[in-house]
Amino acid sequence: MTFSLIPISATKRRTGILAWDLIAVLLVLATVIFLADVGRGLIKPLVIGAPNPISLDPWALPEYAARTTLRMLIAMGCSLIFTLTYATAAAKSRRAEAILIPILDILQSVPILGFISVTVVFFMSLTPGHYLGAEMAAVFAIFTSQAWNMAFSFYQSLRTVPTELTEVTYSFRLGPWMRFWKLEVPFAMPALVWNMMMSMSGGWFFVVASESLSVGDTSITLPGVGSYIALAIAKSDLTAIGWAVLAMLAVILIYDQLLFRPLIAWTDRFRFEQETDIAPPTSWVLTTLHRSRLVGAVKRPLGRLWAWTYQVAPKPVRSMPPGTETHPKKNWGDRLWTCLIALLVVLALWRVSSFVLSGLALGEVVTPVLLGLITMVRVFVLIAAASVVWVPVGIWLGLRPKAARVAQPIAQFMAAFPANILFPVVVSGIVAFNLNADVWLSPLMILGTQWYILFNVIAGASTIPSELRDVGTSMQVRGWLWWRKIALPAVFPFYMTGALTASGGSWNASIVAEVASWGSTTLHAHGLGSYIAEASAAGDFRRIVLGIAVMSGFVVVLNRIIWRPLYGYAERKYRLT
Amino acid sequence: MDATPQLLNVDSVRKAFSKPDGGELLVLDDVDLTLKEGEIVGLLGRSGSGKSTLLRLIAGLSIPGAGSVTYMGNVVKGPPKGIAMVFQSFALFPWLTVLENVEIGLEAIGVERTERRRRALEAIDLIGLDGFESAYPRELSGGMRQRVGFARALVVHPNILLMDEPFSALDVLTAETLRTDFLDLWGEGQLPIKGVIIVTHNIEEAVLMCDRVLIFGSNPGRILREIKVTLPQPRARLDPNFRELVESIYVEMTAKRTSDKSGDRPERFPGTGIGSVLPNVSTNIFAGLLETVDAAPYNGEADLPVIASSLQLEIDDLFPAAETLQMLRFGELIGGDFRLTPEGRRFAQAETDDRKRLFAQHLLTYVALAAHIKRVLDERPGRSGPWARFSAELEDYMSPDDAVRTLRAVVSWGRYAEIFSYHDDTHMFSLENP
Repeated sequence: MTFSLIPISATKRRTGILAWDLIAVLLVLATVIFLADVGRGLIKPLVIGAPNPISLDPWALPEYAARTTLRMLIAMGCSLIFTLTYATAAAKSRRAEAILIPILDILQSVPILGFISVTVVFFMSLTPGHYLGAEMAAVFAIFTSQAWNMAFSFYQSLRTVPTELTEVTYSFRLGPWMRFWKLEVPFAMPALVWNMMMSMSGGWFFVVASESLSVGDTSITLPGVGSYIALAIAKSDLTAIGWAVLAMLAVILIYDQLLFRPLIAWTDRFRFEQETDIAPPTSWVLTTLHRSRLVGAVKRPLGRLWAWTYQVAPKPVRSMPPGTETHPKKNWGDRLWTCLIALLVVLALWRVSSFVLSGLALGEVVTPVLLGLITMVRVFVLIAAASVVWVPVGIWLGLRPKAARVAQPIAQFMAAFPANILFPVVVSGIVAFNLNADVWLSPLMILGTQWYILFNVIAGASTIPSELRDVGTSMQVRGWLWWRKIALPAVFPFYMTGALTASGGSWNASIVAEVASWGSTTLHAHGLGSYIAEASAAGDFRRIVLGIAVMSGFVVVLNRIIWRPLYGYAERKYRLT
Repeated sequence: MDATPQLLNVDSVRKAFSKPDGGELLVLDDVDLTLKEGEIVGLLGRSGSGKSTLLRLIAGLSIPGAGSVTYMGNVVKGPPKGIAMVFQSFALFPWLTVLENVEIGLEAIGVERTERRRRALEAIDLIGLDGFESAYPRELSGGMRQRVGFARALVVHPNILLMDEPFSALDVLTAETLRTDFLDLWGEGQLPIKGVIIVTHNIEEAVLMCDRVLIFGSNPGRILREIKVTLPQPRARLDPNFRELVESIYVEMTAKRTSDKSGDRPERFPGTGIGSVLPNVSTNIFAGLLETVDAAPYNGEADLPVIASSLQLEIDDLFPAAETLQMLRFGELIGGDFRLTPEGRRFAQAETDDRKRLFAQHLLTYVALAAHIKRVLDERPGRSGPWARFSAELEDYMSPDDAVRTLRAVVSWGRYAEIFSYHDDTHMFSLENP
């Protein structure tokens, strides 16, 4: 009897793979059908002024959620491509760096929400009469919320690749293409994945704004969770809002399990610090993929194909690590390059100012600046308030790894929530108690961004060396003294990172948060955000551009004169190495 | 003429790095070197003597400002096929397994898959790593990691193996095992290499491994002397001939050069004008060294190699400490020995406050920069002055990095001597309660 000789574990394994294969086939089929469906929708003619196609039926939500997620994933793909090219160019070429990094810095500070109305027109004109243009505009809006920090992180990583590893790749004659994939990308991977997660959370904030677009009297609605929420707000349907929250929760949990957990577990091996006493992250999806023979069989030839590209990629005849030239002198090429950039800047300045000023009196420029000051006060007060709450909480959590493990995903989930979700509560509250909108709408601005402070403080507190804490305990340092001498200084550099990010994000959020509506009630707070929001609603391009320019100016100037110096000080004085 | 063919020829090589202010920092000046088949050549020197820079020029990772590096008759203009390198920090890719790390050089030059696997396993076998093929570097000890570094270099069958302080990141025992293993393989002719150049700052390691040792001097980096080591392998550290050779290299490396650029130095003690670069040696090391040499069995005079091994000090720590003590007239370096002056012995036997007073006195007398800072502070209103004032002054004589290092040294000595204080928040020197 040969059958009985088959060990049980082997038969089990067989069926396991069969089940996995079935699941895989099902998943692939479902994806194909779904994509075909979406594709049909894209070439459907776009009828301006057609009735809103969104239904508030909760059963429509799974499809909306899938479409929204697809948009976010496509945007994430674009962000990755952008990161790998733009950041690489900046890190590799001195000339490219001189122009690309300041641009990235500005793009990071520009209020993306203000952009949307401008880009919609552009993308719609690319594909007149189809939904494709609107879809592209939505994807682009999400992309602009995801790409910059990813590119920055990648650029920073490329700049900090250890010299000896770079020397190895040159000494063993790896070509640039192979060096990129064997050294540079793996080295940058952990930071990049972390930033991808942050971007994905941040992206939700923009989904609502990007799916129901209105520019002047044109309004386009794309099926998705964002437009579902927008409609629920317009119809003041509280139940629908609840369903939308539930759908978002489900989607976030699903992509966390299927995408980010496996990614984090996988990138753990790319961490460069070799010793850690923390258990490595694990993911059941990754383990399944690693153990499945089917996946292995598909992966192997792909891997060979990839390795083949290393051989065919061009290799320069002479190559040396950068920075080894004896005399890196400024040459004529550099001078020409500088002149060219200066020329472009002057041209752009002239173009923008003539566009803005041709339809506006010079006096009108003063209004957004004054409004900007109001928004600035709001941002500072809110950051201060959020700090008072979240710094102690973050330190408390950071010193208790178990509690932090529970709190981290919850905070991440909260960070993903768009401010609009809270509109019903806030607007009804303000109307019911007859409160001042200028004051009480403000908390919405920090709704999504306060979590950056919490994340970073938790991270900071968890890195306080246990010996330092033991000293505190043995010297009986307690109460306020403990906070002042040990906890607060130790987390200060981390707090600065969080506060800097939160401040930038809050400026951006002001465009959504300074105008809130619930049903037929719309509340306005005075500020630069509402100025831009109103200009977009009215389709007044000059005011949009002016508002964006002023807001970018505020963010850039504040970064330079307040945040950067503070950040540098914190790094120098309080960084525990 | 020698009949053995030359593998490598370095001819009057010069290398300078440009400074931010437009000037240049000369790190290697007029260096000649040849490597013949079957030779291990050691480059021995303190940190900053340009020996690692020379190794990188040979590896084709950098190009000389003047002169040439010729490998097998071809001028080196980039990493040449046939030269491989072992790195101080191992420089393994943490995301690749041992096997993948070893294979990387073969994959880069397009060796076919099965051939690649065969050669990699062969190298792993040779270097004593079998069984570890699928391990990641983070799972290995330091010694095992450096074995991977060796296997990765050997697998490409290089003619010349370059080693950049390959054992200095390992503990003493592991380093010794690895050294012995390497010498055994080399002696048995099992390695696919024809010549070795090793950079080291460990004198015994150089004598143990090399056929020739080139001693490097600093500022600018250059070869001071070549020493042939004719002792038969395997060499024993306790062999009197071995000790004698080590001793003579200590003498060579601590000898005062009258041919140095600034010729007007006093006979027995090196120059102490405010333009001289000071090493940032902790006053704890001073005290420790003086106490040790003062006590039995040395009783005021000790052999450098002996204290180096008994105090477990690398020459990069020991030499600057001894030389600074010589500058402060607490000791003298004579022919590889360190002898305390009467003041040095008084310091060693004194209590803390007396030590501080004695140290302050010597510091102000013999270190021109310390006296200068004190004088300037005395004259200035408020009896204080900014860091930038002094660093600007020093930068007339030295590179900005050296100026920072020198000022840091003076700050720490001045604080110990309590002759002035320095506040890092305000970057101010002051005479207020030093």
